[in-house]
Amino acid sequence: MPVDTGYAGREYPPNAVYEVGREHLRSFAAAVGAQHPAHHDEAAAQALGHRDVVATPTFAVVVAQRAEAQLFTDPAAGIDFSRVVHADERFTHHRPIHAGDRLVSVLHVDSIVERAGLAMITTRVEIATEAGEAVATVVSTLAVRPEEF
Amino acid sequence: MTPALAELTVGQEVARADVVVDRARLVRYAGASGDFNPIHWNERVALEVGLSGVIAHGMWTMGAAVGPVVEWAGDPGRVVDYQVRFTRPVPVPDPGEAVAQVVAVVGALDETAGTARIDLTVQVDGQRVLGKAQAVVRLS
Repeated sequence: MPVDTGYAGREYPPNAVYEVGREHLRSFAAAVGAQHPAHHDEAAAQALGHRDVVATPTFAVVVAQRAEAQLFTDPAAGIDFSRVVHADERFTHHRPIHAGDRLVSVLHVDSIVERAGLAMITTRVEIATEAGEAVATVVSTLAVRPEEF
Repeated sequence: MTPALAELTVGQEVARADVVVDRARLVRYAGASGDFNPIHWNERVALEVGLSGVIAHGMWTMGAAVGPVVEWAGDPGRVVDYQVRFTRPVPVPDPGEAVAQVVAVVGALDETAGTARIDLTVQVDGQRVLGKAQAVVRLS
């Protein structure tokens, strides 16, 4: 089944609240080899003016992918994940993510275009606090290979 | 110490590091990130989908490559934007490891916004694995 280009322009309802765990920030930082003390040590983070330990620049992918799953696990969208290649990714941080943040994500399907036989799907996840303060924007483009490949 | 914007010049190298990945690190990243796609830890599945073997998560490479920029900036909160294109997969041998060489240079300066664009070159075995890898860092 081909990718349904009719999903372009769709905006999903806010996803379930994601609570950022301090140990999770530390283990994610350790997994990518991020050594800055503000990712690991509360006192080091506070010395820089942060409330608590600070997420690494790509940690927001953990939050964003939960929102993106609303599209990718929808059978009607026709996206076969075994044929998906990650094309590009962008994080815009409106303010740092800290341990203890309670984040709400809204998924937007910005575009679905066919290019050289590939379906290029660009999603945007707007991450904010429960009170509505903008935290991060995560834009991701996936390329889906056609089935005959 | 955070670098001063006024003391930077376009083209200046600000960070250089090797980041190393082996299969155990990919398992660790899978757990930490929640990305359990088996092509990043299961050789059989990677071969079945036409790869030469297990490859690193593109998001691992993206995440690891920006670490030296964060350390140079002095505060993770100063990295206000970070983007990459995934241009080439990073095979991770077993036994063994893959080494990505990261070089970060000043790509552009915006004195009005108070930001520096840092351009990253990330190479494995002499071939670039990320394209348009750019971090925007807020400096004073």
